Amino acid sequence: MKLVCPAGSLPALYEAVNNGADAVYLGFRDATNARAFPGLNFSDREIDKGLAHARSRGCQVYVALNTYPTSDRLDQWYSAVDRAADLGVDTLIIAEMAVMDFAARKHPHIRRHLSVQGSATTPAALRFYHEQFGISRAVLPRVLAIGQVEHLAGQSPVELEVFAFGSLCIMVEGRCQLSSYVTGKSPNVAGVCSPAEFVQWEDTPAGKTARLNGVLIDRFAADEPAGYPVVCKGRYRVGGQTFHALEEPTSLNTLELLPRLKAMGIAAVKIEGRQRSPAYVGTVTRIWRQAIDRLEASPQASVNEQEWQQELTRLSEGHQVTLGPYQRAWQ
Amino acid sequence: MKLSLGPLQYFWPREKTLDFYRAMAGQPLDTIYLGETVCSKRRELSLDDWMRLARDLHAAGHEVVLSTLTLIEAASELSACKRIVGNGSFPVEAGDLSVVELCRQAGLDFVAGPGVNTYNHQAARILMRAGMRRMVLPVELGREQLESMKAGLREDGGELPEFEVLAYGRIPLSHSARCFTARAVGRGKDQCQFECIHHPDGQRVRTREDQPFLNMNGIQIQSAGIQDLSSHVQELATAGADILRIYPQDNDMEKTIERFVQALSGEPVTASADSVGGYWRGAPGMAD
Repeated sequence: MKLVCPAGSLPALYEAVNNGADAVYLGFRDATNARAFPGLNFSDREIDKGLAHARSRGCQVYVALNTYPTSDRLDQWYSAVDRAADLGVDTLIIAEMAVMDFAARKHPHIRRHLSVQGSATTPAALRFYHEQFGISRAVLPRVLAIGQVEHLAGQSPVELEVFAFGSLCIMVEGRCQLSSYVTGKSPNVAGVCSPAEFVQWEDTPAGKTARLNGVLIDRFAADEPAGYPVVCKGRYRVGGQTFHALEEPTSLNTLELLPRLKAMGIAAVKIEGRQRSPAYVGTVTRIWRQAIDRLEASPQASVNEQEWQQELTRLSEGHQVTLGPYQRAWQ
Repeated sequence: MKLSLGPLQYFWPREKTLDFYRAMAGQPLDTIYLGETVCSKRRELSLDDWMRLARDLHAAGHEVVLSTLTLIEAASELSACKRIVGNGSFPVEAGDLSVVELCRQAGLDFVAGPGVNTYNHQAARILMRAGMRRMVLPVELGREQLESMKAGLREDGGELPEFEVLAYGRIPLSHSARCFTARAVGRGKDQCQFECIHHPDGQRVRTREDQPFLNMNGIQIQSAGIQDLSSHVQELATAGADILRIYPQDNDMEKTIERFVQALSGEPVTASADSVGGYWRGAPGMAD
């Protein structure tokens, strides 16, 4: 089972590689990847350096081109595929079928993975991507219960990668328009959810308010940690109550499911967090490396190590973790 | 341009649903989409019921298309989609790429719904090779993208699909594993007790300043504002929309349809109060 870790910057890449990632994933500094935040991502020179370091430690480099070009912007995505190929990366993570088709025809020797943004949840959808574009792996959206993942793993024509740890996207990925509804910019088109240029913070007598393009997403009391205002994690009024109507700020943590994921033949687990600090990436990578190594040595071993769980909880959003959709109770 | 009635996104009691479509049979709608697109637990109507309705509406002169789920999680849901694809009489609207693949294997033409994510002309071409004859524009795209998609397809040569645009209704913004409507009353999805049947137009989500913001509809989040492009009909025609989609809402649908018919005949009309329409002109979807 491979450990796939986030690299939002060169220092984060070094931390991931040095702490035992089997692969790191990164993006170019533009809208061709779904974490197009200012200050993140890689220039060609940085990718060259990152590749050399990763190669020296036996770690692979994946490039995420996981957004959706509209017709007028297709050439930019095609150029990004060529650029990644010229740099000599190991794998392209692609969401959109025109981009995938181009990569398959022009650079067939580079492995293609279906991004989580490609939104495939069934054997039929996976078969389409496999037969049309020759994908070798797919990342599953965070909407399936563990039993459903198990069932899919038994039927899938390609390797599967699942999310292991990090921020929890509660909507089926690649098909969520909450961000563009409020700001005009979405993960699919602009590579960003709730972009920072639309966020306004204000201290008021009633508490600290967080707005997105003028819409009040949340208001925090003096002693409350104030989370970043993404639409799905705000507090709203529904039927007379005010609460986190869609989801609390919390992180996904599937460490306790790791033996089951391994037993069902999941090819890789993915750590979310290209927007997180190098220290975060290093710590999370180290813990998951240890857990996977322990399981590889003995499939019956327990990885529910208290110390690991405490450390992961400390690093989580709102210091809360959840098994999310993997457990029926969350659903 | 033609008018279509999109699939019913809400969970209405059986009799209300049947009455609604009886009323729609007499309306000037070219196409009517039927079936459950949001939650597989909603079973007031069986596939047999939907098929009976489909035959009645077809006999009344409408093109009928059977729509499928937007998010497919369980093997049983995929099997249900297979039965719909294999209905033998009516074409299918694919809510998800899974149904695209089922149609491709069966050699059947299909409509790509808004959940299929057809963002550019090359993707449209790939889907046309798989059998797509009509596509619904992804909800966050507007006039410019529609125009450039059509221009790209024309440049390549070959046939064009029909383009359908959401012209009226709450915008389907996202889908989740969890049921928000059940969760709001402290229940999980497995114990939902069909809470959404009590919310025939979804349930309003307001900000803490009481601004109507979103609309919960089971596992789906919609816009609170109704997208109404009735006053932009000429522009939709110029940009190359072939079909205008009207989603059922729990209000006076006959009046809404009449307004679109008037707009199509060139009469000036005013969009409904509090409506939104930003996506069409490249602005945030919630802009008016």
